[in-house]
Amino acid sequence: MSKDIINAVNNDIRKDSIPARKFKVKEVWVYFIFIFWALINLFPVYWMFTFSLKSNTEIFGENVAGLPREWLWSNYERALKVGNIGRYFFNSVVVAVSTIAIVMFISLMATFALTRFFWKGRKRMNQFFMLGLTIPIHASIVPIYVTLSRLGLLNTYFALIIPYSAFSLAMAILVCTGFMQELPMELDEAACIDGCGAWGIFFRIIVPLMKPAVATVSIYTFLQCWNELMFANIFISDSVHKTLPVGVQALSGQYMTEWGPVGAALVLATFPTLIFYAFFSKKIQASFIAGAIKG
Amino acid sequence: MKKVYSNKLTIFLFILPALLLFLLILVAPIFMSFYYSFFNWNGFGKKEFIGISNYIELFTSGSIGFPKALGNALLLAVLSVGIQLPIALGFALLLGKGRKGERGFLSIYFIPVLISTVIIGQLWLKIYNPSYGILNVALRALGLDKLTRIWLGDIKTALGAAFVPILWQYVGYHMLLMYAGIKSVPTEYREAAMIDGAREGQINRYIVLPYIKPILKISTIFAVTGSLKSFDLIYVLTNGGPLHATEVPSTLMISMLFLRNRYGMGSTIAFLLIILCFAFALIIGRIFKDKEG
Repeated sequence: MSKDIINAVNNDIRKDSIPARKFKVKEVWVYFIFIFWALINLFPVYWMFTFSLKSNTEIFGENVAGLPREWLWSNYERALKVGNIGRYFFNSVVVAVSTIAIVMFISLMATFALTRFFWKGRKRMNQFFMLGLTIPIHASIVPIYVTLSRLGLLNTYFALIIPYSAFSLAMAILVCTGFMQELPMELDEAACIDGCGAWGIFFRIIVPLMKPAVATVSIYTFLQCWNELMFANIFISDSVHKTLPVGVQALSGQYMTEWGPVGAALVLATFPTLIFYAFFSKKIQASFIAGAIKG
Repeated sequence: MKKVYSNKLTIFLFILPALLLFLLILVAPIFMSFYYSFFNWNGFGKKEFIGISNYIELFTSGSIGFPKALGNALLLAVLSVGIQLPIALGFALLLGKGRKGERGFLSIYFIPVLISTVIIGQLWLKIYNPSYGILNVALRALGLDKLTRIWLGDIKTALGAAFVPILWQYVGYHMLLMYAGIKSVPTEYREAAMIDGAREGQINRYIVLPYIKPILKISTIFAVTGSLKSFDLIYVLTNGGPLHATEVPSTLMISMLFLRNRYGMGSTIAFLLIILCFAFALIIGRIFKDKEG
């Protein structure tokens, strides 16, 4: 009797243990792959941080991949002073913030007309704007360049802010439409009874309730502006108005043989994004998903 | 209420700024590029109408090498769909099944997407550096001196070396989209299949993949059109060199415009790119639709 029980228990253990062990071995492999891929993705960032603090002798032989033996903060000083990174940083901020302000304002207005008002063709109009999601920026380079140079607007913030705003518009309207459609019409009706006109409803009721949409669009637009190279490279050639991507490009051409200051410039251009990402990773990821997937 | 919300003037005023910006910066330039493509023009002087000569020259001239550039871009598109997307999908499926730490890993995999392509390019330039780059240093340390190369300077390896960072950088992007899709699969579907005795592979094949098909479509469209338009990383890494080995249509367009002052020809390339992007987006959309039926 007792033997039978022991046998049964043993059988049970065996039954459980065999698939369980198999399962575990497989899981270990999965995590091994996860960690391996994580290292591949983190290594360039780690390497950038370390060589931004190293001297040439360490980078070029003694200590290629390890932590810096002597932390050379002077690389950062040189990137800022000689490399002009501070100025480029400021320019990038000006361009990104202005673009976000313009895109937000214009797209909220358009979305308001597209979602709250009754008119023929508003669906068509919405589809028309959504075409903007697929138009590549290449389309506009020559005409915009020629127009800007005729108007004498090359090498101004304006030359970047306007095209960036235009190319962010479709995504902004897409996101705002999603959020604005969810606001109940009763809000508008109540405001209307209280004597608000269309503009009053827009500014006092709708806009204050659009904070989540504003956050999503701002994040996405910010990253697009901060990282954009093609327009910035072509429309801006004086160092007073260069943005970070172009500035960093120029700096690395200037310091071919000295990697430390270049590394420092790369870190300075990247850390705002990374710090922001460390705190708001979900929000940032959500904005990318919203930008890709139509409602 | 109805009265307030059907005032034509108000509608017009609300929509006007967006419409103006959209028409002036996005729509009009497409037509202008098309128009310029029929001219021989240096951007400032007189335009000389030459019909479709730009198009003919583009496809026949060996010195411009457009067919090769286009071929490179199409090869990149094939590699994106054949390598980048499967890696992304594989990870998304592994992560989306519900494992400890999945969000943390996903967040790490997304980091390269956030970093400017210029920065990514500069880092890879240093990885590939023939004398001090980490790749050759590592190969030497392993005693594989024979395998060291001037990665970006050798015609044989330049294209491959330039493609690796491009493919690598956006894996996380596609992974995020797919992961979001997989997470939206209702848990009841999964549970029902498990009760019926379906294994993980079967669940993925018959439940998850059909469910996230719209996202697979979007990813494929982005991967293909993104490859056709690719510019940043090639520009930073090789700028089309050595000897045009890594030229893509975008780098060719920029050099036509700003090195050779051939605005008509540059516009021709731009216009062809737009048409190709739209055409591929339509074709891919069609392919996914056929599979649904």
